[in-house]
Amino acid sequence: MTRAAPILEIRDLLKTFGAVVAAKDINIDISRGEIVGIIGANGAGKTCFVNMVTGYLSPTSGSITFEGVELVGKGPREVTHAGISRSFQVSQVFHSMTVAENLRIALAIAENRGVNALRIMESDALEAKCNDVLKRYKLEDYRDMTVSVLSQGIRKLLDIAMAVVSEPRILLLDEPTSGISVEEKFDFMDVVMGALREDNVTVLFVEHDMEIVERYVSRVLAFYQGEIIADMSPDKALADDKVQEFVIGKRH
Amino acid sequence: MLRDTTSKVVLFGGIAIILLGAMMPNWIVNQLMFGFSRALAILGLLVLWRTGLVSFGHAFYFGLGAYTVAIVDIQLGVTDVFIRLLGGAIIAGFAGFVIGFIMRNYRDIFFAMLNTAISMVLYGIIVKTESLGSTDGFAISLPTIFGIAPETKYPLFVIITMIAMISALAVNFYLKTTVGRLTTPIRDNEIRVEYLGFSVAHAIHLKYTISAVLAGGAGALMAMSLGQVDPDSMINWTVSGELVFITILSGPGNVIAPFIGSLVFEVLRTYAFELAPQAWQLIVGATFLTIIFFLPGGIWSLIAKLGRKNS
Repeated sequence: MTRAAPILEIRDLLKTFGAVVAAKDINIDISRGEIVGIIGANGAGKTCFVNMVTGYLSPTSGSITFEGVELVGKGPREVTHAGISRSFQVSQVFHSMTVAENLRIALAIAENRGVNALRIMESDALEAKCNDVLKRYKLEDYRDMTVSVLSQGIRKLLDIAMAVVSEPRILLLDEPTSGISVEEKFDFMDVVMGALREDNVTVLFVEHDMEIVERYVSRVLAFYQGEIIADMSPDKALADDKVQEFVIGKRH
Repeated sequence: MLRDTTSKVVLFGGIAIILLGAMMPNWIVNQLMFGFSRALAILGLLVLWRTGLVSFGHAFYFGLGAYTVAIVDIQLGVTDVFIRLLGGAIIAGFAGFVIGFIMRNYRDIFFAMLNTAISMVLYGIIVKTESLGSTDGFAISLPTIFGIAPETKYPLFVIITMIAMISALAVNFYLKTTVGRLTTPIRDNEIRVEYLGFSVAHAIHLKYTISAVLAGGAGALMAMSLGQVDPDSMINWTVSGELVFITILSGPGNVIAPFIGSLVFEVLRTYAFELAPQAWQLIVGATFLTIIFFLPGGIWSLIAKLGRKNS
């Protein structure tokens, strides 16, 4: 399968913490519109990889180029401005505010950068956009509820909704279904992936649940001890011996 | 700017107080002047407090504003109330902007105590420097208004009330802007704010500078109201504590709260001192405990509750 020209190019990425090597020899090209699943056992380097791409961690060496712009050395804010956004394993939202207030802040920041941040935040246009996001992410019933009283699933939805209001070209989701019940996980992912496909966002998501990986991704990156041991389609990856042994945990 | 209820209350309430002031005895006018002057500093602390930042050192900016008035009066012979006020606010604001580069990196107790440390450095310099008045401070000449020396304090009271109104309206407007709304979000989750694309450091720096401008203006107005400055009543750590006390007493709910809280404090302190000159702090302390136990949202939370009941 030939891929379109990559929008995200990662070359020779290395991250060490003292003597511990968290990531090494990472070389990946991501094309527009791809849905990529990142799998691996705990400590394999998945979240470290997400943190490096989104500016939370700086790699020891290597380069991360997005649409021709080098991201190494840029912080989370600059990476967001460049067009890459993320959600978190533990949802990062404003817990003492309501769902709608969370979204209004996210929308206002996305629209009012620089001197424009000194404009009055509330407007009819902002409210209309807020209502649209609430509807697309099935959050309407929770709009005036304080986040701290909501379930983990709703917080995760809100976390993702807040990440996409800046209209990123690439979205990284760190374990989107962790903390969500088995019965709810497909409904949850249907809502998220449906909304993201509408926006034509390129998605990379870290996932432990192979059912989710099989169902939603077009490509799998399998991590083991900081290295990528497989980069292939999900059916091939899940049948791969190395993936079976080092990620899924089945011995031959 | 004047569409919401708060702005209308500030505008019409302020005009009513100015008109009533003409009929009030001098001692009430004085109390209002002291209360409104100090409330400007509380307004700045309210912005910081909503962001989860408590400064135990804003007497630094309050004192800078007050001493700027004294120095431009004594050294340059400036008596105009507006030039003195602008001088105090600008000097304090500039200091706040410079110190803000350090403060924006600190949170919690470190933020609180670093501010205390800086204010005590200024206190130490002033008490040890004869040319800055040392422990005695300076007496300040009566302010003039566009070259006219008023015979009573009423014109100064009108100006202070108008400055208080303008400041309350400006802060109310600021709190509705995108950067102004970044108070609870920063307190709740700085990482998310950064990932939404806004610099937490820049937002805090702006809030800190605003609070410094307001505290400087407060100090300048207080100096002109009192007619004197001295380190113990303008820069000492007890002044910073007093400002934090009034902020908690007022509550962070609304820009009107600092003015109510500040007036309540003036009345409370005056009567506590009259009742028990040797133990007035006991009464003030007991009130503080009562507020924390029964009204953690300050006086404003009680007003808001009563307002909701009646609506």
